[in-house]
Amino acid sequence: MRRIVLWFMTTLSAVVLLLGYRTSTSAALPASGTTANTTNGTATAGGSSAAGTVVTGTVASTRWGPVQVQVAVSGGKITSVQVVQQPEGNRRDEEINASAVPTLVQETLDAQSAKIDMVSGATVTSEGYLQSLQSALDQAHLA
Amino acid sequence: MTAAPESAIARKVEHVMGLPISLALRGRHTDDTAANDAWHAVLAELGRIDAVFSRYRPDTVISRLGRGELTEAQYPAEVHEVLALAATAERASGGAFAVRRANAEGDEVLDTDGVVKGWAADRAAEALRALDDTDFCLSAGGDIVARATATGRAWRIGIEDPRDPQRIIATVPVLDGAVATSGAAHRGRHVVDARTGRPPTGVASVTVVHRTLTWADIDATAAYALGPGAAEWLRHRVGRTGLVVGADGSTTLVRAS
Repeated sequence: MRRIVLWFMTTLSAVVLLLGYRTSTSAALPASGTTANTTNGTATAGGSSAAGTVVTGTVASTRWGPVQVQVAVSGGKITSVQVVQQPEGNRRDEEINASAVPTLVQETLDAQSAKIDMVSGATVTSEGYLQSLQSALDQAHLA
Repeated sequence: MTAAPESAIARKVEHVMGLPISLALRGRHTDDTAANDAWHAVLAELGRIDAVFSRYRPDTVISRLGRGELTEAQYPAEVHEVLALAATAERASGGAFAVRRANAEGDEVLDTDGVVKGWAADRAAEALRALDDTDFCLSAGGDIVARATATGRAWRIGIEDPRDPQRIIATVPVLDGAVATSGAAHRGRHVVDARTGRPPTGVASVTVVHRTLTWADIDATAAYALGPGAAEWLRHRVGRTGLVVGADGSTTLVRAS
């Protein structure tokens, strides 16, 4: 779960940065009550009040699903960020992180046929390393 | 957020104090200055920690502590941290895991290796976490900490067959987490049940998957030390999954509790 939040904050930061960039290049945010489809179409402003302007980002599609955020800007600063739309579930993600259970291979495989990236095993010393599967994996990619 | 390209995996290998360290990188920084700086920072951190905790060198804090030459007030904060982790693990394992044990001669020895390896790799991996849009998979002598959130394609970790270390007995995907295995395959029977001072029986290897390598490593060692009780004990540990291979070749998968 923590990972999902982390990922989401990363995406959020990217969107916020995008909006922030636009804010700094256009002299001011659109005036009260206007709906501004900006030149590059990344954001829509509206619903502003004395407290500032609310800007809603367009829906960004990510591999996890659609993401959309809304930020309130006051005095040139972002005062709040709200998530309008976020991917549902992330079931595969949860599966992999929270409870990834090893899958037994039907017949024991060598590293190549198992298509693995790294080997976990009882402590390999530098002396034992040359005979290890990990060594084979490293060599295959270093060559 | 742009997805990292489906690029090839770049690999690096070095040996630090007798332990092979393997790194796989994928994404934005694989072979540039940032990647190489991060890799050197990993190696430097592992070397620095070894200089504090190695029990094979007489001048380290741990060696001096083991000989009773230092008092509690004299050792660094990270030694306190490691000893606190050890105390927690000792309680959780009913004493099977302990860093202070009697050796063959009956003298008490201080051996923090069971805590330090995973903990050190977790700390060293911080340099890799700072690489933006980059996936990493770091192995410290068979214990792995990995992140694949840049591409979203989980690293595939193979679990070595304790009866034939040239082969894989299981695989596990890791998107952001760690995998540690304890057993006797390479170094012989170096893990003992601290309650008896003898190597455990009935178990060939224990693999633990957890968010941190610190606890994956500690729990793999503790479960292995418990011998026949390994799978049952692991089943009650929150946030852990894993695989126990018995001395008879039997396999027990442990799902999240």
